Amino acid sequence: MSEAVVDSHAPVQQPAESPVTPESWGKLGMWVFLAGDAMSFGGLLAGYGAMRASSPDWPNPLDSLGIQLTAFMTFLLIVSSFTMVKALSAAKHSDLPNFRKYLLLTIIGGAIFLGLQAYEWTHLTQVGMTMSGNPWGAPLFGTTFYILTGFHGCHVFGGVVYLTCVLFAGMNGKFLGKNSSPVEIVGLYWHFVDLVWILVFTFVYLL
Amino acid sequence: MANEHAAHADHVEPNYLAIMVLLTVLTILELLVPPLVSDKLTAGSLLVILAVVKALLVALYFMHLRFERTTLSVIALTPMAICVFLIIMLLPDLTSTTRTYTPAEPTAVSEPAGH
Repeated sequence: MSEAVVDSHAPVQQPAESPVTPESWGKLGMWVFLAGDAMSFGGLLAGYGAMRASSPDWPNPLDSLGIQLTAFMTFLLIVSSFTMVKALSAAKHSDLPNFRKYLLLTIIGGAIFLGLQAYEWTHLTQVGMTMSGNPWGAPLFGTTFYILTGFHGCHVFGGVVYLTCVLFAGMNGKFLGKNSSPVEIVGLYWHFVDLVWILVFTFVYLL
Repeated sequence: MANEHAAHADHVEPNYLAIMVLLTVLTILELLVPPLVSDKLTAGSLLVILAVVKALLVALYFMHLRFERTTLSVIALTPMAICVFLIIMLLPDLTSTTRTYTPAEPTAVSEPAGH
């Protein structure tokens, strides 16, 4: 017992270098993972650009894809990013009801996004757009579309599962005040998914 | 060390609502570009600039990159630099692919006759 007391007062061993993220190592880990994930998306987007630039009969996405629906999906992700920062802010201020409310709203936003994407894909397959062909021109148009939006959709699905886990784990106030680091880390992932959608929306739907 | 902790936790919270409204306005601007700008190159550049601004807003304020150490920004920017490099490396390949697109068929037919 007395030994433990002595230990807690002993000088803390200083690390050789100060951490990039003093709050938690998990945060640095998430940033490194996101950097790797950004390269996956970057590779897919660059490949999409290369195929599009070398196909003379590439269809105009504005004529074949529903822009209104995806514009709403973009808005939905922006709003869910906003509720995510509000959830983190509530967790930092030890405000449990608002933390629960805003995290739940974020999860609902992600779930609606997935539902709308399922609706969009169903519609497009019924029109005849598949991985191997479409009624408007270069078959690679469908391939790259499904690969890019599908890879992003998988990230949204993973994010909804991750957020739900954090909500259940933090239901009783585990992540309040100084312990809000797990909320910040799930937030980083969620904002990254939003950021990638901003780029996918521009390059696949609008350009 | 303790002071640094406090500095990180207590940075002034950005006005998140304003950022969200700004992102929505920029999205609406993006939607207006294709119907209003007829020139392909101008429209494309405008859309890319708007997308980059939106992505920066999310990274700097929602992901708090503005309030973190510079090293974290370097980590975040590394994949961007590599992707720009990848695009530059792909560019010469694109022009050659388009050039050899049409005459590929006749040479394939005439080849067996020559042998």
